Amino acid sequence: MDRLLLVSAGVSLLLLVMVLISVRRSHIRVEYSVTWLLAAAVMLALSLARPVVEYIRGLLGLPDTPLAVFLLGSALFLIVFFRFTLIISRLRDDNIALAQRMAILEYRLHALTHHES
Amino acid sequence: MQAHEPGSLLVIVPAYNEQGAVGEVVREVARHVPGVPVLVIDDCSKDSTVAVARAAGARILPLPHHLGLGGAVQAGYKLAFALGFEYVIRVDGDGQHDARDIPRILDKLKESGAEMVIGARMDVEPDEWHTGRLRALGTRFFRMVLRPILGKSVHDPTSGFVGVNRRALSLFSSSFPLEYPEIEALVVLQRRRFRFEEVPCRMRPRKAGRSSITALKSLSYIAHVLLGVFVNILRYDGRWRRRRQSRSARSGTGDGG
Repeated sequence: MDRLLLVSAGVSLLLLVMVLISVRRSHIRVEYSVTWLLAAAVMLALSLARPVVEYIRGLLGLPDTPLAVFLLGSALFLIVFFRFTLIISRLRDDNIALAQRMAILEYRLHALTHHES
Repeated sequence: MQAHEPGSLLVIVPAYNEQGAVGEVVREVARHVPGVPVLVIDDCSKDSTVAVARAAGARILPLPHHLGLGGAVQAGYKLAFALGFEYVIRVDGDGQHDARDIPRILDKLKESGAEMVIGARMDVEPDEWHTGRLRALGTRFFRMVLRPILGKSVHDPTSGFVGVNRRALSLFSSSFPLEYPEIEALVVLQRRRFRFEEVPCRMRPRKAGRSSITALKSLSYIAHVLLGVFVNILRYDGRWRRRRQSRSARSGTGDGG
């Protein structure tokens, strides 16, 4: 159990560092890094606070603690994925609208210059 | 290209890598409906679709990157609406649709006042269809699913040979399904209580290239379309409920439930 929490803490720390480095190098925009940083911080805190995990395990009626850690981690990252799916969908819609608008403007500009010449 | 006359028609041809067929499609439209502008919406083809279409006399709306069929068709609708066209008929760029049927679709749009007219494969046996039995099965399945939703039967819901009037153009400019538009567009129309009619049309095997809907993609197609139809119904119900609630709020009465 302790080893599992240690591994979980290590992975969370690694994620925190990776996200921070990516933000510093401008590979991830600051506003999108917040969700990842929050998720990694929560996982790190849970991994370091064994009594909290035990409490949640009891609350959920789970047979063992590793399962509780796994479920909490999965739930947290499902929320992160859902948030990013929302963002991607909105970006896709904006992208399509922008591409269509650009094509129409280009068409009209071409027609205009053609007409003038 | 600007629609100055009342009742003006634009033919749009969404095309992606259709260099083998699009030229003949444009020439055929010009032959059967002379004087009507043809707009080829190039969905970022990798071949010489644009050059071939332009040489055949079409106007080109070049998309900056690949949007898929729905995105390309909607771009055409948006331009047609902005230019003031009254009617738009979509003809596929692969040569499956017979341009001789365009006047019949236009007449039906004008006579019936329906917002959309579908050129349906009615006089062709399913076995003769280029995509064969799979397509026939899919069409039959969607016919069954759509009947209770639309409140009337639709013979060929997957046909891309479609004419719309300005009211539908206005609607589709703001809301148009992007992945597999034909079937979902019917549900979008239904949400606004718009009408559609069907006209029997001749269909031919595609002249060149490959269909974007292969046998392997069919299952994904069915799943996508079913989900799209379901989502559109949910949107409609949500709107209907909101409208009902705001009406109740205005009249100062409760919803009763």
